Amino acid sequence: MTLLDMIGPVMIGPSSSHTAGACRIGQVARQLLGQIPTHAEIGLHASFAKTGKGHGTHFALIAGLLGYAPDDARLPRAFEEAASADLVFNFETADLGDVHPNSARITVSGNGQTVTVVGSSTGGGVIEIIRVDGFKVSFSGGAFTLLTRYHDAVGVIAKIAGLLAADQVNIAALTCDRDKRGGNAMLCVELDQSLGEAAQKFLLSWPGMDWVRMVRPVMDAGIVAPVLLGTTA
Amino acid sequence: MTLDEILNAPSPASQWVLDSDCAENGLSPAIVKEAMRSRIAEMRDSVERGLASAAPSITGMVGWNAKGLWDAPDVLQAPLLRRVQAYAMAVNEENARMGRIVAAPTAGSAGTIPGALLGVADHLKISDDDLVMPMVLAAGVGKAISKQMFISGAAGGCQAEIGSSAAMAAAAVTELLGGSSRACVHAAAMALMNTIGLVCDPVGGYVEVPCVSRNAFFAVHAVSSAQLALSNLESFIPPDEVISAMAQVGRMMPLELRETAEGGLAQTPTGLAVTARMEGK
Repeated sequence: MTLLDMIGPVMIGPSSSHTAGACRIGQVARQLLGQIPTHAEIGLHASFAKTGKGHGTHFALIAGLLGYAPDDARLPRAFEEAASADLVFNFETADLGDVHPNSARITVSGNGQTVTVVGSSTGGGVIEIIRVDGFKVSFSGGAFTLLTRYHDAVGVIAKIAGLLAADQVNIAALTCDRDKRGGNAMLCVELDQSLGEAAQKFLLSWPGMDWVRMVRPVMDAGIVAPVLLGTTA
Repeated sequence: MTLDEILNAPSPASQWVLDSDCAENGLSPAIVKEAMRSRIAEMRDSVERGLASAAPSITGMVGWNAKGLWDAPDVLQAPLLRRVQAYAMAVNEENARMGRIVAAPTAGSAGTIPGALLGVADHLKISDDDLVMPMVLAAGVGKAISKQMFISGAAGGCQAEIGSSAAMAAAAVTELLGGSSRACVHAAAMALMNTIGLVCDPVGGYVEVPCVSRNAFFAVHAVSSAQLALSNLESFIPPDEVISAMAQVGRMMPLELRETAEGGLAQTPTGLAVTARMEGK
């Protein structure tokens, strides 16, 4: 939470929770896929389902998947823009359980890849991503966020932390989850700076490592901070 | 960041808010001030577009209020009052038209701060450069509230949403007019305490009725708070305790009165008719 979250974001109306926050959840999903999706299945939970239509939530989510920021003038025309970008999408009502009433589950696919993201819009344009491909995660899009999926084994997290330290990248927060002992695991690390591309490739080349993504900040303060710190951003 | 900390900071309070937020988040004060400057310019744009347009919103419930007031004769001969109300509604009508606005702290409450701060500044012919630090203070007050409770109608009713924006605006106007840190925070507390219990009951679930006029009223409310505080009046209940009281009321508030459109104005016969009409579209 920064001062720029309180006076901001600059956005297309009408709702910071239902429009700006929804757009940012879409932006994160697009980044996790690594490209604009060709297909999106979107489940809207509780208030997103009930009042989303009047708040432009549908447009905003699609705008985010196209990579638009919440202040992009094309946001109200996102459906037409999606058609020209060959993005096919479908909305449905979904019960996501005991999560924030403004939440969505987005399954995006393209280029042979598929990612499912559950995100909540918690007020004033602030978001929290709570699941990726079924794994529990926790990140806000305020910082650079490294997500990686790998085979659960002793020492993997220590090795990743070592790589980050070697690249002079500071860890702000960290969560991990796995489906079972020795199964698949996901590590989610919020960072003060971005991990360089070479280091990301190196990470992906490790045995047992099958997916690596670097999500750039979608919050205003996160976008300006790394630049002024003069880091690898 | 708490209201008590801001209250005890050296005046002007905005400098302490800026320094402590930047230290916490690794931001440069110059960048934050520049961002605030551009947000003020965005607010100006929304006000201008909103005052000029009578185009209806998505539902057709609002769209002509700001222009209507701005163009009408000033029957009370109270130009500040009219300006503050018109600016606030201009921004929220732009919001309802899916126009570009600055959430402050949310989109539903986006008109209160421009209404109060830009309205007072224009009335007194104060330049936009002088609004940057008061805007920083407004953000600091919002941060203090959101850390202790909530700033969205869905979480705590409209007291959390427009109550927060009114408190933020009250502090900003107080600083703009030379108020001490103590006066700014008491202005915020007085604005906040007089919104406690306010429900969020948007007709049809749209950010239009009562949101547009509610921003106009609470922009005036914020200016009144500033006037009281600049005359050395204070909130009897300490500012952070006011926030706690609002949080407690917010948690007691039934779901029907928290932005679900299942209570209040949204459940009047007219409100239900709007819902039915929009669902048929």
